[in-house]
Amino acid sequence: MAKSIDVANLDIYYGSFLAVHDVTMTIKPQTVTALIGPSGCGKSTFLRSINRMHEVIPGARVEGRIELDGLNLYGPGVDPVAVRRQIGMVFQRPNPFPTMSIYDNVIAGMRLNNKKMKKAALDDLVERSLRGANLWNEVKDRLEKPGSGLSGGQQQRLCIARAIAVQPDVLLMDEPCSALDPISTLAIEDLINELKNDYTIVIVTHNMQQAARVSDFTGFFNIEGTGKPGKLVEMDDTKTIFSQPAQQATEDYVSGRFG
Amino acid sequence: MSIDTQRERSPERELDTSLDAMPVIRGQLPRWSPWVGLVAVVLIVGGVLSATGLSIGLFAVVSAVVYAVGMYTASRVVEGPRKATDRLVTIIVTAAFLVALIPLVSVVYTVVSEGLSRFDAEFFNSSMLGIVGEGGGAYHAVMGTLIITGLAAAMSIPVGLLTAIYLVEYGKGRLARAITFFVDVMTGIPSIVAGLFAFALFALFFGPGVRMGFAGAVALSVLMVPVVVRSTEEMLKIVPNELREASFALGVPKWRTILKVVLPTSVAGIATGVTLAIARVMGETAPLLVTVGLATGMNLNPFDGRMATLPVFAYYSYVSPGVPREPSLERAWTAALVLIMIVMALNLLARLISRVFAPKTR
Repeated sequence: MAKSIDVANLDIYYGSFLAVHDVTMTIKPQTVTALIGPSGCGKSTFLRSINRMHEVIPGARVEGRIELDGLNLYGPGVDPVAVRRQIGMVFQRPNPFPTMSIYDNVIAGMRLNNKKMKKAALDDLVERSLRGANLWNEVKDRLEKPGSGLSGGQQQRLCIARAIAVQPDVLLMDEPCSALDPISTLAIEDLINELKNDYTIVIVTHNMQQAARVSDFTGFFNIEGTGKPGKLVEMDDTKTIFSQPAQQATEDYVSGRFG
Repeated sequence: MSIDTQRERSPERELDTSLDAMPVIRGQLPRWSPWVGLVAVVLIVGGVLSATGLSIGLFAVVSAVVYAVGMYTASRVVEGPRKATDRLVTIIVTAAFLVALIPLVSVVYTVVSEGLSRFDAEFFNSSMLGIVGEGGGAYHAVMGTLIITGLAAAMSIPVGLLTAIYLVEYGKGRLARAITFFVDVMTGIPSIVAGLFAFALFALFFGPGVRMGFAGAVALSVLMVPVVVRSTEEMLKIVPNELREASFALGVPKWRTILKVVLPTSVAGIATGVTLAIARVMGETAPLLVTVGLATGMNLNPFDGRMATLPVFAYYSYVSPGVPREPSLERAWTAALVLIMIVMALNLLARLISRVFAPKTR
């Protein structure tokens, strides 16, 4: 199920503005990769280009290759909608669908894509996804209530349940804990550790302790100045990045000397 | 030297931006003071004016001024300038609200009191066919209004909705800007112009002097489309982009995202806007006068000849009442009353719709 991602010489543009320059990285299956770096250095932009959400923004485009188990996602004839079915995403702010109940939110991927399923299979899927997101025990008695009535941390776990319900190969997380309190953050970090068994996870975070806690590999993005493109400075084992990085800039950043 | 020391000191003083000291505890007027004050002012002013000959308008204006000045002064002495200003502005805002309410209440009162005399069963189950003087009704006009407005809505709602979806979800560049511009222009079209347009259009096909309900519906939809586009556009714009992205990230195509996520999220606002747009064109008189005219009998076919509608019925009953005048004038008032009631019912329906469809949190 989990697949690898190979990125080669990736340039990302907003119109004529080069936002991210020349990223090359390999992400192994069933690992957690954290992307760290100062604000505006292109982490989120890079993350969104992996499932082609980037091009939802008018004028945004990409040059280079991103391969999912050898398939170039930006090759000719590749349907971005099909790509997004394989690469799920969790956003910074929890965004459950306000018109849907908790139950319907979990199966939104099925419902919205008009996939016909038996009621029993759906029930099973909802329970499996909510258990997978560590939310089942909290909401099993109120599945018919609206999803927007949950707390922020629960909503975020609901969004994770929604993302894993469609059984993607890769899960992208864009600062999934930045709007949450420490307890909810812990719940989500535990969840990431469990999800690692089934999915390839890429997570953007501003919290370096979080990167150190949850990830196997860490990529450090940096930007030389405003108007300059962001770059991948280095990527390595999380332990190496945080103990003896190859680049001085990385050392300065992880030790809190800037950024 | 002395200049230098002053120089050194002065910037420090300029940087001192602490606020002026303010007493923490101040006197307070008792909570009942606004009401008691109002009653006192009304009694005193009323007494003085009734001695000189009472005029309601003068009485209200003088009372309001005396009350505002009195409250402001009392509050300023006891409570200080900030609360005094608060009380003064409260009085002004309330007075403005009451002034704005006067015409509304007056219209409703007049229409209800004048219209109730013919608000009977006969009014609702007979037409004006063969009626001279007493009796008769506006059944044909009610039906005509419903048919023509219904046709106009059936034409404008799909066009307006789809235009708004195009503008918000797909449109960019020159075409979208042009459409937005023309929608804005259309919003300002005087209704008689829309009527003349429809009249001229149908005259091209059916010869000069043609009258039919459908032409009226076309004229009304010219007025209605921009209103629907505008209100729908606003509602679609406030759907958070995050919901669209959440849907895209699940691998849902754009058209299905719009259909299943964006529209359901905004359906309450859209339905409200559409209902209000219907209510708005329902009372249009001028375009219907030109395109549909008036019929004395029932005509349920909007493609064949003149039809009666409530606004035109009321208009003609009023300007050419015949002899005796009274029954016709009464019918005009009752037609106005019925029209107001239908519009009010639509407004209530709009509120109901927005309550039923609004996203819930518990």
